[in-house]
Amino acid sequence: MDDSSTLHVQKHVEFIKSLDNKKDLESLLTEHIRMNGAYWGLTALDLMGSLNDLDQDKIISWILQCQHDCGGFGGNIGHDPHILYTLSAVQILALYDKLAVLDSSKIASYITGLQQNDGSFYGDEWGEIDTRFSYGAICCLALLRRLDAINLEKAITYIVSCKNFDGGFGSTPGGESHAGQIFCCVAALAIAGSLHYVDKDLLGWWLCERQVKSGGLNGRPEKLPDVCYSWWVLSSLAILDRVHWIDRESLKTFILDCQDIENGGISDRPDDAVDVFHTYFGVAGLSLLEYPGLKHIDPAYALPVNVVKRVFS
Amino acid sequence: MQVGVEDDDGDRWIPFSERSEWSDVQPVPQDDGPYPVVSIAYTSQFRETMDYFRAVLARDERSDRSLELTEEAIHMNAGNYTVWHFRRLVLESLGKDLWKELYFIQDVAKSNHKNYQLWHHRRWVAEKLGVAVAPEELRFTELVLASDAKNYHAWSHRQWVLKALGGWEAELSFCSMLLQEDIYNNSAWNQRFFVIKNSPLLEGLDSMRESEVEYCINAIKLAPLNESSWTYLRGLFGNDTKSLGDSQSIGQVCFEELARDRCCIPALSFLLDLVCYGFQPTVDDCKILDSSIEILSSLQLALYLCERLEVVDAIRACYWAWRRSLLPAIIK
Repeated sequence: MDDSSTLHVQKHVEFIKSLDNKKDLESLLTEHIRMNGAYWGLTALDLMGSLNDLDQDKIISWILQCQHDCGGFGGNIGHDPHILYTLSAVQILALYDKLAVLDSSKIASYITGLQQNDGSFYGDEWGEIDTRFSYGAICCLALLRRLDAINLEKAITYIVSCKNFDGGFGSTPGGESHAGQIFCCVAALAIAGSLHYVDKDLLGWWLCERQVKSGGLNGRPEKLPDVCYSWWVLSSLAILDRVHWIDRESLKTFILDCQDIENGGISDRPDDAVDVFHTYFGVAGLSLLEYPGLKHIDPAYALPVNVVKRVFS
Repeated sequence: MQVGVEDDDGDRWIPFSERSEWSDVQPVPQDDGPYPVVSIAYTSQFRETMDYFRAVLARDERSDRSLELTEEAIHMNAGNYTVWHFRRLVLESLGKDLWKELYFIQDVAKSNHKNYQLWHHRRWVAEKLGVAVAPEELRFTELVLASDAKNYHAWSHRQWVLKALGGWEAELSFCSMLLQEDIYNNSAWNQRFFVIKNSPLLEGLDSMRESEVEYCINAIKLAPLNESSWTYLRGLFGNDTKSLGDSQSIGQVCFEELARDRCCIPALSFLLDLVCYGFQPTVDDCKILDSSIEILSSLQLALYLCERLEVVDAIRACYWAWRRSLLPAIIK
């Protein structure tokens, strides 16, 4: 257990479990995005076969306390509702096969209310617009089987309007292509059955140009590699069925080199501090690379394949 | 993110519980649901500030002291979106001068220029102030870009300012200036495309293509391995691949770079695209690639380029092998 040539599953499971009761400065500064953290941590646990190591009833009861009368969820109890935390809440309940505890019409009406005339989505009542929110709306409603609640055609048109000359997508029309935004747009189009709007070969090439000599992936040209792009870039390539265009072995090595083999957890780059987000991104990336022993992850819904199958069975 | 013991002026931070103006407020701790609170290892001033924030939020107190409280809370943790929301409600209810709010944002931005909430707040203020604030907003983004030239939020804000409030006059020269500083700046290349496509003061992509191709070729000569300039060059032609294949000058650029460096991956790659789009180099040009091999047809040339790329760009070898497999169907 002293080398980084394998994934130290048990260490990572313990690392994520240790976050549950943590009350240090870092967890305080991120209390407003706790719902995201919970989704990332729990999905990573499920991929590693350890979802039931945490108390399901406690977590679900906490999630439900984060819901507001409008139907949306906040990042924690007492925090304002936002589409990103609403998606995370629904994803966690899907992990637990507990979508039935939700009033899906109420959530659907919250999301309906965030859609604008041009098809875009506000993140919350304050009116920030970003293709991340288009993904949030479409993924969340698909999991609730309520895509009928929005104007899907207009939502697709807006996403397509964010497509750039390099085949990628930005946060708004004209915004620079960025691997995180590309994931949101490509995954949303995949869920909406509209992948024909993507220039698959042009974008596939741009995505595989993200791999640098170390084997890691960056999110934009000339930027440093980061384990988070092992998810954002690789999931996009997986949706486009082009994962084999990059060097999978050297990417696998890069991710494994970012493990803290003493205390568990995965960081952005080798020897940096670990966190729950990069632990998810690393494990999910390895799942897409079919690392032995990990559950397979669905690249569009960002949930284990068996969970997605169960939702739509 | 700053959670220091002292504020910016170096004065001792006075706990809210010791401030007379807050003596009527009962602080409200964060309810994390059924999770046990183990230890209080974090800075007590931050926790106390948030406890008082929750108290004013619970009673929806839109007052000057609430505004000051949100200011302190944001300086300690600019990521908490609920604090920003409440600040906007207070600013609106008290009818505050929003020009002054710009200074506050600029101050917070010093240590939080990658914070979504900050930029959204800035936009909310700018929207309220209208066209008159456009020059100030462009200046603000330039300030941030001076230290972080690829800051995604700053670029998004700048694009929004241009579209919503105007200020296009100097934008193309701004892009040129940034590219002169760093020719690899992909954000500046993207902005250049945005300006060419959207500026009401320019003639649009089609009529500017020729001059942009020239600009781009010069950039490529300066930095032949720059992914951004090659991608921009391709982008200028969009789906008009025929014009791209017909362009002798672009073909010549590829050969010139390959004469300097036979392993120049972007030049090999671009030349492959050109050949697929109908470009037909001379036999002499092809000698530049490899004087020992006689290349007689476009298909032969394309196959040669793919094979070279599989070797010199080994991490993407599977991509090049796939490109090679398509060639017989594309090139007749």
